[in-house]
Amino acid sequence: MRTLSDVYIIGSGETKYGELWEKSLRELAVEAGLKAVEDAGIYSKDIGILYGSSSLAGSINGQNDIGSLIADFSGLASSNIPAIRVEASSASGAAAVREAYLAVRSGEYDVAMVGGVEKMTDIYGSETLDMVGTILDREWEWFMGATPAAMAAMTARKYMKDFKVEKESLAMLAVNDHENASKNPNAHFRNKLTLEGAMGATMIADPLNMMDCSPMSDGASAIVLASEKYVKAHKLDGIKILGSGISQDYLALHSRDSLYRLNSTVIAGRNALSKAGIKQSEVSFLEIHDSYSIYGLIELEDLGFAEKGKASQLVGDDIKLNGALPVNPSGGLKAKGNPMGATGVGQFVEAYLQFKGKAGERQIKNPQYGLLHNMAGTGSTSLVHIVGGA
Amino acid sequence: MGELSSIWRESTHRYRLVGHKCGNCNTVYFPPRDICIKCHRESIGKIKECNMSGKGEIVTFTVVHDVPPAFARQRPYIMALIRLEEGPMLTAQIVDTDPGDVEIGKKVSAVFRRIREDGKSGLIQYGYKFVMES
Ligand SMILES: [Zn+2]
Repeated sequence: MRTLSDVYIIGSGETKYGELWEKSLRELAVEAGLKAVEDAGIYSKDIGILYGSSSLAGSINGQNDIGSLIADFSGLASSNIPAIRVEASSASGAAAVREAYLAVRSGEYDVAMVGGVEKMTDIYGSETLDMVGTILDREWEWFMGATPAAMAAMTARKYMKDFKVEKESLAMLAVNDHENASKNPNAHFRNKLTLEGAMGATMIADPLNMMDCSPMSDGASAIVLASEKYVKAHKLDGIKILGSGISQDYLALHSRDSLYRLNSTVIAGRNALSKAGIKQSEVSFLEIHDSYSIYGLIELEDLGFAEKGKASQLVGDDIKLNGALPVNPSGGLKAKGNPMGATGVGQFVEAYLQFKGKAGERQIKNPQYGLLHNMAGTGSTSLVHIVGGA
Repeated sequence: MGELSSIWRESTHRYRLVGHKCGNCNTVYFPPRDICIKCHRESIGKIKECNMSGKGEIVTFTVVHDVPPAFARQRPYIMALIRLEEGPMLTAQIVDTDPGDVEIGKKVSAVFRRIREDGKSGLIQYGYKFVMES
């Protein structure tokens, strides 16, 4: 009988996130993938399986089978390895990592590669919005005129009213994201943001303005996972994926009991922590899916770091890089950027850099455990992973 | 043709607010569901069509400024989550009112309107929107 293997991240690679007009979908994917392979110090022939993740490549770029695309242009076509795409709208990245994690954990593969990519600026902004709307219930939300920002805004209005939370608390998350992104050379936005700037931006869907919304970014992120056996045989040192949780909820927000309790996040978080055998108090930093500022707040609650309605008490100094619970050291979805299929993989890249002491100016001191949270749509699917120094 | 057939398929539900009711536990669903989320297999073959009164209450709302191409001519517009008298909640626009008059908890009722206009085919799609009750 086979025993389950511990799973290590042994390398990471990433492109810059942003409006990268000079780079194509495949160039982005290959750049991140090759950097990860180089970083891991492995040969591409060692890769046993490849998972590609993209949310919108079929819609925006007219390109499907991203797994084969990445494998082919990374020079792997002749090794004929399995290479498939994993899609879970805006949670595609972490969903692909989870599949790779399970493949290695099961003992079936010793080395698995994950490459997430999105090329969002190849069409006009309003057309891109049309594609991003695929993360909602197309027939009963999107058809009626709802956008992802509108859904988040309706949650925000209800949350702010029920818990008497001021708009400033939402804006503080964006300010924190920009502060951290100013220290991340790969971030989409490297400018710092003042609270006044965050409060006064152009309205998108009232009460959310442009500074509450993550941008449409181009970018790619990749990691290499390996089994304990492989890591020992090659004397590598990586970081461990200690727990993986995934859960889902009703596709449409109007079908749920609560507008501001993300059941999928609650359950995925609980499962990931329990598999890792740790408590919230042991977590050194979080990367959370703040596609819209309001989600950042309620995720802190649903992941168990604050009581419902009380996350606003946390979003001051505590969440800064040198605070008690640093949130989004990478710059988060708001400022590092949100190339949808790459975003979840990018959270693992950040964790890897943090644990390897390679995070430069945004380095967190002696991290023990990192919690990574990636979410689809308004919460229809959530993934939570716990990673730690090996 | 794909888009046309999808509109035709949902037209009863969108034109006349026809939902579904579980014959086993009497739970009402809108948008319609083919299986009851409480009774599961016990509801198979027992789901019936069920007319909604079109009356409801605003649970939350937003004014959308950044809009998709099919709604370019309606910008800005009010989107809301509305709890129907029969129990289900749905997502719809509120029209014929100033955004300043919209409040959580206020009563609304359904009207039949043009929903969206497809930029490429020019196809106009109809369905329910809501107006404030005076
Ligand atoms: Zn039933």
